[in-house]
Amino acid sequence: MSAAEHGTDGDLTAVKGEPELRPSAQIVPQRSVAGSALTLVVAIMSFLACLTLGGVTLIRDAAHTWQGEIGREVTIQIRPIDGVDTEAELNKARDIAMAAPGIAGARIVSTAETERLLEPWLGSGLELSGLPVPRLVIVEVADAGATDFGALRQALTEVAGASLDDHGLWTERLAATAAVLVMIGIGVLVLVLVAMVLSVVFATRGAMAGNRSVVEVLHFVGAEDGFIAGQFQRHFMVLGLKGGLAGGLAAMAVFAIGNLLSRGPLGTGGTTGAEMLFGGFAVGPTGYLGALGVVFVVAVLTAATSRITVQRHLAMLS
Amino acid sequence: MIRFENVGLRYDMGPEILRDLTFTFAPRSFHFLTGPSGAGKTSLLRLLFLSLKPTRGLINLFGKDVATLSKRELSGIRRRIGMVFQDFRLLDHLTTFENVALPLRVQGKAETDYRADVVDLLKWVGLGERMHVLPPVLSGGEKQRASIARAVIGQPELLLADEPTGNVDPVLGRRLLRLFMELNKLGTSVVIATHDINLMDQFDAPRAVLEDGHLRIEE
Ligand SMILES: Nc1ncnc2c1ncn2[C@@H]1O[C@H](COP(=O)(O)OP(=O)(O)OP(=O)(O)O)[C@@H](O)[C@H]1O
Ligand SMILES: [Mg+2]
Repeated sequence: MSAAEHGTDGDLTAVKGEPELRPSAQIVPQRSVAGSALTLVVAIMSFLACLTLGGVTLIRDAAHTWQGEIGREVTIQIRPIDGVDTEAELNKARDIAMAAPGIAGARIVSTAETERLLEPWLGSGLELSGLPVPRLVIVEVADAGATDFGALRQALTEVAGASLDDHGLWTERLAATAAVLVMIGIGVLVLVLVAMVLSVVFATRGAMAGNRSVVEVLHFVGAEDGFIAGQFQRHFMVLGLKGGLAGGLAAMAVFAIGNLLSRGPLGTGGTTGAEMLFGGFAVGPTGYLGALGVVFVVAVLTAATSRITVQRHLAMLS
Repeated sequence: MIRFENVGLRYDMGPEILRDLTFTFAPRSFHFLTGPSGAGKTSLLRLLFLSLKPTRGLINLFGKDVATLSKRELSGIRRRIGMVFQDFRLLDHLTTFENVALPLRVQGKAETDYRADVVDLLKWVGLGERMHVLPPVLSGGEKQRASIARAVIGQPELLLADEPTGNVDPVLGRRLLRLFMELNKLGTSVVIATHDINLMDQFDAPRAVLEDGHLRIEE
């Protein structure tokens, strides 16, 4: 900026025949502060922070969808018991389930279907009625909140050999795993930001050492520490914004490319493990908003860090 | 305005450069500070400017014991003092205009409010043509005048000048002395450290003479 200012001297319209003053140069020269190396460090840190945040939102969204999907279907298993008519018990179980609140429908898995399900393990042409194979009633839940699985389980004790599997254990484990992953993600995010703050601290100290005579003269003409800190802070604010934006935009580009790849012709239709887990790397709007938030936090953090560093340094000088 | 009591100063483990200084300078007074090279004139001015702490003794400035000042009070007092440094202390990346305007800028004043004053003062000290250039291309005398202009732009209550005419010809020296006299008439206390007998002969003011670490005032 200052380089440009030096050049524009004098070609503006003069007042009273005098050459126009250039816009006042910055008291702490830009060149003495802003290493492009630091901008790059801030950009990389922001990029990593945004990716981590994107990953966290991905995991959270995926866990949420999963829980929803698992919870939408529960099964009632009927073990065949000697001397009991399994078909009658199946019908009884289905009726009980249909009568429960929040249930959309219930369906008995037919013998033929059960055979097909078991075919891979037991081979075809199998006579099921000769084996004690459990039968299933699939219950579709319309509103998981309205359904009282405890009461349903209680009601099903009337049906011989019936047990209800609402996947509670699964969803709990899934929630716990997701929570741990989210915590790890947040931990990484904090570490990345701490590393960035530390590099800003070192850079600020360097800038102050390089501007010792400027700081001295500012003190001599009666500048207060807050004013001097402000002169450094404005550079770091700009630097933080530049680096943060660069990193944030790069991360958003990665999100967008990820989304495109998983949807486009190259997409494998949800067969890879990761896609099945995360619904095809689709970082939602939370991820993009989070990236913007990271850019903002990085700029504010950079400015505040440099300000505090300068003020602590000046306080030590006296 | 200025009161010294038994002030002594030594640098590190060196000899005592100022010894048992006890004196008062009244408000609106005008003093020349003189003495051989190395007598401690610059050191005494630095004590007055609070950029140096005495090894012992008491310094009272504007009615305040300077040993007990907070940082905020220190910058407040610096705004009431104008200092012309023997080595100028201009900032090389700022133009002459910006250097001279610096004391007003750090007080948060807007450029539109002080521009005319600064330009007038620069013209007065003969730098009207040089206000857009950076200090490295100024001559010694021009730097000196820029440094003087920066010291007086805030109309300080106390002006300290270290060899302010050391680099200018006698005509310009007289002109600068007139500037200091004008300021003094308007109420500023002035202390000018100088070797220049000619300069001192032009204005009848008490001379504070530093010799062997002691101060003697010749009315
Ligand atoms: N920062 C310092 N550290 C150690 N000794 C110093 C320092 N500054 C000055 N001195 C010594 O203190 C003595 C007084 O120096 P000072 O600069 O006050 O003299 P002066 O009267 O201003 O001289 P001149 O007329 O040449 O400017 C000198 O002997 C000098 O060597
Ligand atoms: Mg000296």
